[in-house]
Amino acid sequence: MTQGANSFSIQRGLNAWREEIDAPVASFFSSCVHCGLCAQACPFFVETGDPKYTPIHKLEPMRLLWEQEYTFWGKLKARLGLKKEITDAMLEEWEPLLYDSCTMCGRCSLVCPVGNDIHYMIRKAREGMVASGHAPEGLVAASVRAVKTGSPMGLQWKTLEVQIKHVETATDLEVPIDKAGADYLVLLSSMEIINFPEYLEAITKIFDHAGVSWTLSRDCFEATNAGVQIGSKDIGAQLVQRVVDAAEKLGVPNVISPECGHAYTGIRWEGPNMIKRAYPFKVFHIIEVLDQLRAEGRIQTEGKEMDRLSMHDPCNLARKSGVVKQQRSLMDLVAGDFIDLEEHGEYQWCCGAGGGVSSNERAEELKLAAFKRKKAQIEQVEPERMVTMCATCRTQLEEGLEEFNMDIPVVGLTEMIADHLVEKEESGKP
Amino acid sequence: MTPMEFLLLVKGPLFTIAVAIFALGLLIRLGEIFALGRAHNYAEARRSEVLPGLRTVYRRFNPDPGTFRRAPFDVVVGMLWHIGFVIALLLFIPHVELIKSTFGIAWPALPNPVVDAVTAITLLGLIAALVHRLTQPVKRFLSTPQDYLIWTVTFLPVLTGYLAYHRLINPYPLAMGLHILSAEIFLIVLPFTKLTHIFTAFVARYYNGAIFGRKGIQS
Repeated sequence: MTQGANSFSIQRGLNAWREEIDAPVASFFSSCVHCGLCAQACPFFVETGDPKYTPIHKLEPMRLLWEQEYTFWGKLKARLGLKKEITDAMLEEWEPLLYDSCTMCGRCSLVCPVGNDIHYMIRKAREGMVASGHAPEGLVAASVRAVKTGSPMGLQWKTLEVQIKHVETATDLEVPIDKAGADYLVLLSSMEIINFPEYLEAITKIFDHAGVSWTLSRDCFEATNAGVQIGSKDIGAQLVQRVVDAAEKLGVPNVISPECGHAYTGIRWEGPNMIKRAYPFKVFHIIEVLDQLRAEGRIQTEGKEMDRLSMHDPCNLARKSGVVKQQRSLMDLVAGDFIDLEEHGEYQWCCGAGGGVSSNERAEELKLAAFKRKKAQIEQVEPERMVTMCATCRTQLEEGLEEFNMDIPVVGLTEMIADHLVEKEESGKP
Repeated sequence: MTPMEFLLLVKGPLFTIAVAIFALGLLIRLGEIFALGRAHNYAEARRSEVLPGLRTVYRRFNPDPGTFRRAPFDVVVGMLWHIGFVIALLLFIPHVELIKSTFGIAWPALPNPVVDAVTAITLLGLIAALVHRLTQPVKRFLSTPQDYLIWTVTFLPVLTGYLAYHRLINPYPLAMGLHILSAEIFLIVLPFTKLTHIFTAFVARYYNGAIFGRKGIQS
């Protein structure tokens, strides 16, 4: 993929939008009365107080195109020469609004009184931004790396292999690789491999404990999808096709997305539409699988964490994928003193780093500003540790809490479960 | 033109024209929306879209507690004048009579003093909403001339109705004529502006509920 400026033009961007504008988008733009309530749902507005971060305003260029080309009044005005041109300068101005100050967390979509699904439109608007060459450098670079190397961070299999060896030594268990016919193909995220190697060790232990047949694939270990974040169906389709190919080659009936938010929505909800066919396998987030195992009685734990724990729901998992109860059932297994944040589950507040914001160096300051909403939520319940299940959220929480000198460690739920497994020798007598 | 001639004009030909523009305009607007369609969704749904879609149509009448806490003025004032507007429109005795004579369907109306009070509250609510739009930073930032136009077009029928009822404009045929004219302007402007939200908000809410619903979230 070449990213030369010449390969883009405003026309390509507008064409991408023409392809994206559908009946829901038209009904949303028709209904907005500029009440501004979406601003109250957006961490970027709430924490900066700058009205330009009002979610619906981020869509103004795409709204203009809709008005001019898909409403008879707009078409009439355009004929009379009253059209406001959508220019490169305009898109340049909107680039930070659509990328730096939006994590596509979808909270605005839940509070809009007329029912506008604003994050649905932001995702679509990004298609036009990519096509017209107005995507942030950091995300372009991540996409290029993902397409070229298979990982947005440029991580190679040999790096993972070193880790696999470590895990095998530490656990005395085998990490299955390329096992055709396994029940589950396990995917990872580069950020997890680099920052949170505990995850791979945790699932190795849990799956051994529960007797789950699983495998990694040498062809494709990366679950994240830079195409989904930057907003390019073409890149997204290429990346998701690798997962599909690996799963089909090994003939697995299930694919597990790791502790990562967008990877899950990318594969679970967007993937089939990007490659334009249904999968021959099912897709689960690791938390869904663990909760299923719990419900089947295949996870036996002992002891509980006795410090005060609270939980951050990743937007992609809770609000955008309906996984809310599962992580709480799992917490019940291992947490003795758990308290939910006040607004949680589908109404949770974003950590501020999702939707590509964390790959966009320019957004650094805004990312930290948006985190202040999460910080306020955490301060309200005063936990000793936070639990989450997304590597991006976890990194953002760790960095944010450190920035504000709050001594609250952040742990992944999967590893916390792994820490409490009943030793195998004893598992015969529950 | 005498006040009586004016009244006959707005009750007769102008009314027909306004209703025709409204009906045709709205039909075109809804047609434009639905004609765009939706791409086939290949992702396996957690549940069907229809029920969550319908539920969201209803649920968005009640804001979530967090939003209410953060923007109580918006929520209370917005609800107040919307409900007041609908009550005055649909439950005022002469309006019920008009609907009965036009469409042949009728329902019980509210006593005049009640509708009078509701109308006064609606007027105050609309004024409060305008002041809020002019002063609250987000609303002022977002507002375009159209927002003020539709405020005016919405305010006038309520105001003229109130003035006519209290005989504050004389002679009465003039008062009545102005009220009907303002209602006609409302009808004509509706399909060309965001007043269409009166109808399309239900479509938008349905789509919102459907999109979230298939992923297992009641939005």
